[in-house]
Amino acid sequence: MFESLSLLSLQQYWWLIVSLLGALLVFLMFVQGGQTLIFTLGKSEEERTLLVNLLGRKWELTFTTLVTFGGAFFASFPLFYSTSFGGAYWVWMAILIAFVIQAVSYEYRKKPGNFLGQKTFEIFLMFNGLLGTLLLGTAVATFFTGSAFSVNKMNLLDLTSGNMPVISEWKGPAHGLEAALSPVNLSLGLAVFFLSRVLAILYFMNRLDHAAIMERLKKQLLYNAIPFLVFFLAFAGWLLLSSGFAVDPKTGIVSMEPYKYLHNLIALPVVAILFVLGVAGVLLGIIRSVACFEKCHTKGIWLSGTGTVLTVWALLLLAGFNHTAFYPSNWDLQSSLTIENSSSSHYTLTAMSYVSLLVPFVLAYIWYVWRAIDKKKISTEELQSESHIY
Amino acid sequence: MTHIDFSLVDWSRAQFALTACYHWLFVPLTLGLSFIIAFMETIYVKTGNEEWKRLTKFWMTIFGINFAIGIATGLILEFEFGTNWSNYSWFVGDIFGAPLAIEGIMAFFLESTFIAVMFFGWNKVGKKFHLLATWLVAIGSNLSALWILVANGWMQLPVGMKFNPDTARNEMVDFWKILFSPIAVNKFLHTVSSGYVLAALFVIGISSWYLLKKRDVVYAKRSIVVAASFGLLASIFIMFTGDGSARAVAHHQPMKFAAMENLYMGQQNAPLVAFGILKQDPNATDHKKMNFSYLVEIPDVLSYMAFLNPNAYVPGIYDLVHGNADHGVPSYNERITKGEIAINALAAYKRAKLAGNDSLANAMLGTFEKNYNNFGYGYYANREVHELIPNITMSFYSFRIMVFLGLHFFALILVVLILTVKNRIENKKVILYTALWTIPLAYIASMLGWIVAEVGRQPWVIQDILPTIAAVSQLKASSVQLTFWVFAVFFTALLIAEIGIIVKQIGKGFTA
Repeated sequence: MFESLSLLSLQQYWWLIVSLLGALLVFLMFVQGGQTLIFTLGKSEEERTLLVNLLGRKWELTFTTLVTFGGAFFASFPLFYSTSFGGAYWVWMAILIAFVIQAVSYEYRKKPGNFLGQKTFEIFLMFNGLLGTLLLGTAVATFFTGSAFSVNKMNLLDLTSGNMPVISEWKGPAHGLEAALSPVNLSLGLAVFFLSRVLAILYFMNRLDHAAIMERLKKQLLYNAIPFLVFFLAFAGWLLLSSGFAVDPKTGIVSMEPYKYLHNLIALPVVAILFVLGVAGVLLGIIRSVACFEKCHTKGIWLSGTGTVLTVWALLLLAGFNHTAFYPSNWDLQSSLTIENSSSSHYTLTAMSYVSLLVPFVLAYIWYVWRAIDKKKISTEELQSESHIY
Repeated sequence: MTHIDFSLVDWSRAQFALTACYHWLFVPLTLGLSFIIAFMETIYVKTGNEEWKRLTKFWMTIFGINFAIGIATGLILEFEFGTNWSNYSWFVGDIFGAPLAIEGIMAFFLESTFIAVMFFGWNKVGKKFHLLATWLVAIGSNLSALWILVANGWMQLPVGMKFNPDTARNEMVDFWKILFSPIAVNKFLHTVSSGYVLAALFVIGISSWYLLKKRDVVYAKRSIVVAASFGLLASIFIMFTGDGSARAVAHHQPMKFAAMENLYMGQQNAPLVAFGILKQDPNATDHKKMNFSYLVEIPDVLSYMAFLNPNAYVPGIYDLVHGNADHGVPSYNERITKGEIAINALAAYKRAKLAGNDSLANAMLGTFEKNYNNFGYGYYANREVHELIPNITMSFYSFRIMVFLGLHFFALILVVLILTVKNRIENKKVILYTALWTIPLAYIASMLGWIVAEVGRQPWVIQDILPTIAAVSQLKASSVQLTFWVFAVFFTALLIAEIGIIVKQIGKGFTA
């Protein structure tokens, strides 16, 4: 079935999948957002434990999506993996450390014998929530703003110059951390940070049965939705007005094109629809949860969550489709990575495409399992009846 | 090739080894304990006996504590392929990335979804569905081991691929050949069965402690019966898979095999070193030659083990370095020359293609393909040939201690099982103490297995094709040094926390 597709079709198919995984990851980072709100929303030990346990039932899903996103990116676009991870070393290391400390924090937080103390693990969760969202958002922004690197495959064959035979070389002084200094990158990073908090609030509204926290959630929704909108609109405005990294389909030469991402949006009407629907979904989820709280507050997460997936998916498609370099180099334009020059071979993409047929099945069992587990809202009383508490 | 930053290569290796070792401290217990829990819960569902449920939940709590830290270290390992081995990620990403992605899609989601049912589903889903979830977690954990070990097996025996000169990388041409390569199959079976033995010894050791303290005696004995039955089967199986692994190494990684045995001069009817103490050869200048100060040999066994023929010739370190024309073994210098020819031919091919000179390009491509098997050796032109020899002392002792400990595990599990079935285990204090103190030995054996596998194949990231010096990312050595220490501190702190929590949990007992 997939064998008959052209290499370009397979590359596009895999860009669709990797982008979708990235979009799902951003949605699922409501766990991270929630972690930054534990102390804001939970005023007592009991309340904090309730919130931690609500998040603790989903953290592995986010974590697994991150791992799969990384694996799928490696398998389908290995030159990106090689260039970005080996180059933007400090950003990725900071992100990794933020996730390492998350992985143990839920399980160890309240267990006796934990020599670091409960507070340490709660701070770990805060740290993961803040850095994980901010840095991932910033890293994704470089898909549009570019990074300073060069790629030269001939380096591998150079036995005489005395240089190391490494094909990609990072030119940024801080190995990726410099990206966090760009206001445009930072605005997307902060947008993702506040969005993850908004989504966490909507998730809590959906799952929680606790009057006092619910009151705080209402207030916090506005406090976080407003900065999210400011930073998101700033980034979206810049994106639609800025020049982008265009690829000549015949020669493969990369050049700057004014309004490139706006042009992509016009040239890809389906993506434009996804984007508009996505943004509308996010906003509607927030507005309804505020405006008709009594009736609508449990549904906000579904609207805003779906909206988030569609928006991020559309953004990543804009970065890679319509002859655009998805990981551009602003140091050497011709080193920029496109879905064509950075992908795996036809054979590998075909084999992987067969594996991708499992994805709907995976989504189905996740859905089934969580429906079974999340039948009842969680209250302090309900939590006490549990045998496994974080 | 004079400016390779060896400090960077070494620190990158150290960081990867640190992460892999910490990861492997937690994973084997997950692999085996998940099945032990599944067996216990199956008995609970079959009998309806609440004591079996309590037993299941106790070991499940230990499983959860251990699982979390395994995930944390696993994430780092996956991304370090990119952060520290960026050339590798490109050079073989077309092949290596796929198992990693399949691992995520097939195994990790299975684990992470059904583990939630395992822990939170007791009162929310039916007994049978809960049991299914527990089994799926066990299967998911072991499936994830399959894919990463297939990837590792492929690095030791690169099959099912072809070098594409235009993209300057290796590309997959046969998925099934990669999945079913002899090294991959043996590696998977040997590694997971070692995890089963470790988990069995862990459960037996902890249960022995309860018996020594005369606490929760019934629970402890039941735990021993399940774990020892499982462990006994696994420790028999591990002998066969170990034998298969050694044979695969002898065929495909002869230098690793020679280092494991400290076989310096190749020979027919090669004996197996049952016991030996190494000492540095006073005259060894270039070949890291080690002599034996004490040696017990079993005649012909090494030849038989390697090639199922007691008369077979097994090449030694000297033969592999200097070559042995009688047995068709090329010298490393020949291989280095051919590797250099391959690299230069590929460069010339690319230049000719760019210039539109197709006939020259075709000629260069032919030269390249003829010499490709030695590609990685080319990076050692003008370097010391002994850099291609792994650390013999580590390989030799690690292999021996692992095998001896494996035999000890088999005997201990057998004795414990018999005594428990005969209901005489409670009073056998020596056996109970031995079982308790065998827990750290199980971890040591497990770690030594990886040292044999990974130290023994140095300097190859991909056997004969890509050495560490050509696989590393271009970073400052000081940057990697810093992250090494950050990880070392974090992992150690988390390990201490984990041990503290597990010890407390065990102290609480089965009925808390």
